[in-house]
Amino acid sequence: MALAPAITDLEQLKDHAEVARLLAWKATAVEGGKFDRGELSIHVERTVLREACIILKNDPALQYDSLSDITCVDWLPLAPRFEMIYHLFSTPTKKRVRLKVRLQEADASLDSLTPIWPGADFFEREVFDLFGVRFDEHPNLKRIMMPDNWEGHPLRKDYPVEGYR
Amino acid sequence: MAEMTSTPVLDAATDRTVVVNMGPQHPSTHGVLRLLLEIDGETVVRMMPDIGYLHTGIEKTCEAKFYQQVVPMTDRIDYLCPMTNNLAYCLAVEKLLGLEIPPRGQWLRVMLNELTRINSHLVWLGTHAMDIGAMTVFLYCFREREQLLRLFEAVSGQRMMTSYFRIGGVSVEPPLDFLDRVKTFNDTFPEKIDEYEGLLTQNPIFVNRLKGVGLLSREDALALCATGPTMRASGVDVDLRRDAPYSGYENFKFNVPTSTVGDVYARYLVRVQELRESQKIVKQALEGIPEGPVKADAPKVVLPDREKMKTQMEALIYHFKIVTEGFNVPEGEVYSAIESPRGEMGYYIVSDGTAKPYRVHMRSPSFANLQVLRKMCEGRLIADVVAAIGSIDIVLGDVDR
Repeated sequence: MALAPAITDLEQLKDHAEVARLLAWKATAVEGGKFDRGELSIHVERTVLREACIILKNDPALQYDSLSDITCVDWLPLAPRFEMIYHLFSTPTKKRVRLKVRLQEADASLDSLTPIWPGADFFEREVFDLFGVRFDEHPNLKRIMMPDNWEGHPLRKDYPVEGYR
Repeated sequence: MAEMTSTPVLDAATDRTVVVNMGPQHPSTHGVLRLLLEIDGETVVRMMPDIGYLHTGIEKTCEAKFYQQVVPMTDRIDYLCPMTNNLAYCLAVEKLLGLEIPPRGQWLRVMLNELTRINSHLVWLGTHAMDIGAMTVFLYCFREREQLLRLFEAVSGQRMMTSYFRIGGVSVEPPLDFLDRVKTFNDTFPEKIDEYEGLLTQNPIFVNRLKGVGLLSREDALALCATGPTMRASGVDVDLRRDAPYSGYENFKFNVPTSTVGDVYARYLVRVQELRESQKIVKQALEGIPEGPVKADAPKVVLPDREKMKTQMEALIYHFKIVTEGFNVPEGEVYSAIESPRGEMGYYIVSDGTAKPYRVHMRSPSFANLQVLRKMCEGRLIADVVAAIGSIDIVLGDVDR
């Protein structure tokens, strides 16, 4: 089965209600998007992430009421270095959408989603622990997997995988 | 009140309360889970789970492995349902590759997946009942589990770390008598469930310990990212097998048990019903399993059969290349989620076009479900903490990865 090429043109992506809704709300909020292998990704501007999530959650046609997953990808040596990945799931429509936020290494911080979904707590702590991304307004931003006195963030690409620490 | 840290600090200002350490080595925490409980007499005022004791950095290790080498590591994440993990990973890579699995492979996957679900729920039921004080059920459950482990051993040579599902299908055709053995097990299983239920469902001691304990509302379940039976017992009707079918689940008929009560007893009932539904799915899979190959016809990705490898030059070359160099996966990213016995098991994989994954992230159901524990226990009795931990069915290997 041959793979269909990914759609990255925002004009074409407007067919998806999620993209259209966010663009109608604020044109600058959406930095880009991709529809690949049946999955929709939307690049969201860093400062509007939380508001975008609230819109997707409360819109009566979309109803992305549940947060599936939060993770991060380290694109070293590219800049911006970090890419935060949010997977939302709608329990009424059973659809998924992926939101992405790009972060510069020098200022790797963004709004916490815990005010919307308290369950984002552990996911954000995990990202903080393993990538060193900070979340503003998180109630308890501490290491979760590694010991409290650990140095470095193991899932970063420049973290040594061999030798003694 | 002083902020609770992972190192317990007693605050003299609140001298009514005491901080108690539960775990990491505690029989009812089902693994190395440490709970910090601030108690006032017998009442839990605050609770903080402290995890990470089993963290082995599997996500980091995956980045240094070929795609096919990641499969055995997925077994070790959730050691009670290895096949579910295998399936979630394989489906994600197959989605990246755009690979179709032949029907027989899919049906075998569904059948084994449901047997794994039964296996996992049996361990849950046994240990949960034992926490409450019903020792007998534990022995009954492990009696059936032993039969299941023998079935897994028959297909894969391993009782627990099966690694039977591979990218592109399953590793080999199961032995000739395998389907008969599954049928023998499956035909007798409903009466075994009756047996467990006879011991527990109407048992006044059991019911009184569980009813009204560990309440979780529908709103809290959604807000705290709970999934699986924990969420379904709180009235959210989502089952990915039905709502986002994968691996041919759309061919099977089954009910999704739910409850709107949201207490520990409701979660018990939902899981026991799931045992019956899984048995039905296995029955349908046995009746309708198609003939044909169990692996996809993709020589660059799927290892050739042993026989071919020893007799055909090309098969030998492909075998050598896959083992030594792996196979390149087209650039892209996928999130593939399936319904594990505990909830939504998701794999997020980023490929940069090489033979090794750039990033593998596991969204493990136990990790997310653990967050509801606090909601269930705060303000309740300390003895109910044990019941609540059992009812969310966490596996600490899955929490910590």
